[in-house]
Amino acid sequence: MTVAEIKDALGAEVLGGEVDLTGEVSSAYVCDLLSWVMAKGAQGTAWVTVMNHLNVIAVATLLDMACVILPEEIKVEKETLDKAVEEGVPVLSCKKTAYEIAGILYGLGLPNPVKG
Amino acid sequence: MPLIAEIFEVQKDDFVAAGEASAKIKRTLKKLGVGSEVIRRIAVCAYEVELNLIIHSLGGTIDFSVTQERVTLVVKDVGPGIPNVDLAMREGWSTAPESVRMMGFGAGMGLPNMKRNADEFDIHSEMGVGTEITMKFNIK
Repeated sequence: MTVAEIKDALGAEVLGGEVDLTGEVSSAYVCDLLSWVMAKGAQGTAWVTVMNHLNVIAVATLLDMACVILPEEIKVEKETLDKAVEEGVPVLSCKKTAYEIAGILYGLGLPNPVKG
Repeated sequence: MPLIAEIFEVQKDDFVAAGEASAKIKRTLKKLGVGSEVIRRIAVCAYEVELNLIIHSLGGTIDFSVTQERVTLVVKDVGPGIPNVDLAMREGWSTAPESVRMMGFGAGMGLPNMKRNADEFDIHSEMGVGTEITMKFNIK
């Protein structure tokens, strides 16, 4: 499943500039503690978080995550979005709550992250 | 002789630059063709230690070196030192201030994450002097 397919399934929009949405999503995870995500996330994870600062992009980049999904239309500063575009990390914004997003991603068959 | 040796300086409270040293280390290892599983582990350790320097130390350095066999990260700060290293190594234990926790840091996972992901992990700390952490990763 690609980031573009996830975006459509969630009715989400991509924040910031042009970014590749053909990346493969292989798992999903919901968490706002960055070290916890560093321990549990994996390559290809779609990460749902209410955190919206620069360090989210750093974590997603270091783990080669597929995308970051912000629930409830949380706003993101331009500096963070510029970094996301530079690193090629899609940042999706969605009206739904983290709970609803998790339900949809689970329904699509995405498992928890597995370390590769 | 190391193939690559580089020292990164990390400043106290510099959350904007957080992750830059780790990202450079990761890019270098990718270029060298190191396996993705070990790169992920090194990136996790580098990021966690970088954040520890920013949140808890008065500033420090990450000394990154690569040989044919292994990657080594030697991290030194200029204080203040960790009062109780056994407690600091315990998952969930954190002395991070509330402002830092609001950003999603300070889960008390940093040092345990490093120990779990490094092939060799060593920490020494002295109050009023500083902390030194050495992490080694086998790449062969």
